[in-house]
Amino acid sequence: MSTEITPLWEVFIRSRGGLAHRHVGSLHAADATLALQAARDVYTRRGEGLSLWVVPSNAITASDPTDRDMLFEPTASKIYRHPTFYEVPDEVGHM
Amino acid sequence: MNRLALARADDALILGHRLSEWCGHAPALEEDLALANIALDLIGQARSLYTLAGAATGHDEDHLAYLRDERAFTNLLLVERPNGDFAVTITRQFLYSAYIDPYWRSIAATQSPLAPIAAKAAKESAYHLRHAAEWLIRLGDGTAESHRRAQTALTQLWPYTDELFDPITPDDIAVPRETWDTTVNAVLAEATLTRPDPKWQHRGGRLGTHTEHLGHLLAEMQSLHRSNPGATW
Amino acid sequence: MYSQGLNQPTEASADSPEQARFQARIDAEDKIEPNDWMPDAYRRTLIRQISQHAHSEIVGMLPEGNWITRAPSLRRKAALLAKVQDEGGHGLYLYAAAETLGVTREELVDQLLSGKAKYSSIFNYPTLSWADIGAIGWLVDGAAIMNQIPLCRCSYGPYARAMIRVCKEESFHQRQGYEIMLTLSRGTEAQKAMAQDALNRWWWPCLMMFGPPDSASQHSDTSMQWKIKRFTNDGLRQKFIDATVPQGHFLGLTFPDPALRQDPETGHWQHGEIDWAEFKTVVAGGGFQATDRLEARRKAHDEGAWVREAALAYAAKRQARKTAA
Repeated sequence: MSTEITPLWEVFIRSRGGLAHRHVGSLHAADATLALQAARDVYTRRGEGLSLWVVPSNAITASDPTDRDMLFEPTASKIYRHPTFYEVPDEVGHM
Repeated sequence: MNRLALARADDALILGHRLSEWCGHAPALEEDLALANIALDLIGQARSLYTLAGAATGHDEDHLAYLRDERAFTNLLLVERPNGDFAVTITRQFLYSAYIDPYWRSIAATQSPLAPIAAKAAKESAYHLRHAAEWLIRLGDGTAESHRRAQTALTQLWPYTDELFDPITPDDIAVPRETWDTTVNAVLAEATLTRPDPKWQHRGGRLGTHTEHLGHLLAEMQSLHRSNPGATW
Repeated sequence: MYSQGLNQPTEASADSPEQARFQARIDAEDKIEPNDWMPDAYRRTLIRQISQHAHSEIVGMLPEGNWITRAPSLRRKAALLAKVQDEGGHGLYLYAAAETLGVTREELVDQLLSGKAKYSSIFNYPTLSWADIGAIGWLVDGAAIMNQIPLCRCSYGPYARAMIRVCKEESFHQRQGYEIMLTLSRGTEAQKAMAQDALNRWWWPCLMMFGPPDSASQHSDTSMQWKIKRFTNDGLRQKFIDATVPQGHFLGLTFPDPALRQDPETGHWQHGEIDWAEFKTVVAGGGFQATDRLEARRKAHDEGAWVREAALAYAAKRQARKTAA
């Protein structure tokens, strides 16, 4: 039985022209070429995509979930960044 | 009967059937899905080609696939070769795709009744060729064992390759041997595999003279359909 | 295709602050993601459930795969191959979801091949006629859908996302099976008999797919609390029966249960006694096809080893060449 580990890849698909690539899942492949082929065969069997990215899973650096408050909470109070913060009379029309 | 469409349909069906035998048994899950995709493309091609072949005589795709005997099938001997190990399956796919891919593209550009089917098939065969070539390179230049298996597969299948180049009917086109050679030689070189030079080549598929393997394939494939004559499925 | 209520009981949760925060997030329908803190028991339960689900998809390819080469028309052949291929894809998505919890696919596959891991009991029954392909699509996939739709809202993000993809793809599976049953039951006498025989053999094992009755099931409470499971075994089973019985009657088929009757007040279909001894035997590994199923998986794995090694060796060589250049 083989004990060697075939690397894991993350798959991203652009589903329509103009849209960004979006993460759809993972797969195992020995190298990038095989990973791209496998991504096509596994994740685009129903016309899901126009373009594919594969990224080695271990190349992703993720934020630490315990940092969530520190990283993302402070923006919640910056309501002046949102258009609805500002009063514009209805007569002015859409702005 | 459109003999050209029929023979190309037989090639696609028999090879698609062979690949479908892998379903659930491939070396890795990813590859299980890949082989099934190729099989589905080929079965789809066969269906369109049978429909075209039988149009004049009123035979539908299932009549042509399920109710003809071994001697009436005119597929290449290459495609009926058993799956063997993964090296045999990949090599068989590569040798066939290296011919049929330029073939579909050429005939798609003609006035042949096959042209519309060929235009679609060419997109599929281009991927089949790439998929098989990438694998053959890895098997050839992988481990000592994979190299040995790939070379064995190549040697075993090579005597069935000349038949690829035979036009099926006088109005059929032929892909120049140099086109096929260029593709095959480049991949073999990258795969560190040696091009075999066998003393003889086998022919006969186009005339219904098959290896003994085809009869067993058909016996299995046709058994249910034939055991219930006239039934709808 | 399906996960079964096979999990072991999980220990009661301790009352640490992390635990309380974790449960509060689940109660608020927040999703738990791979790097989030989670109780060990939650992680273990999920690994076990997701991998059993994945194994079931992979082993589930075999009974239907048994008929790909004999499908009676090219249309049926293509549909069946596409369906069995889908099951392989579903196994793949699920293994990947389990891997986010810190196990490798290799470890999970070893657990299956060594006989340590379980998979759905249904796949240890043989497919003996073409009608079995119809019955599996209609009944087994029908039962699977009942179970899988709630899993799309499971508290663990990667599992829920995998299930959404699975459910989307599975939508043709049950229709494919029912169409086969419909064609057979409108066909020749021999075809009708084939359809009835398939229903006779698959009906009870399908009811067993939902797992032991709630009165005998030990793990539901914690799994429910964690929102890994959202309905009870008996609840899902009843839903399945209520949806399926009228479909069977439309086919003109008879269910192999003389006690089957509709409660005039509730509208629910009541079924006879399920043979739980048979279920226990199959789950414990004594299923009719169990030896063959595992043997087929082992053979594919062993015979594929040199291919996987070759791909890795080639990747290493190419990397070395790149570095040297």
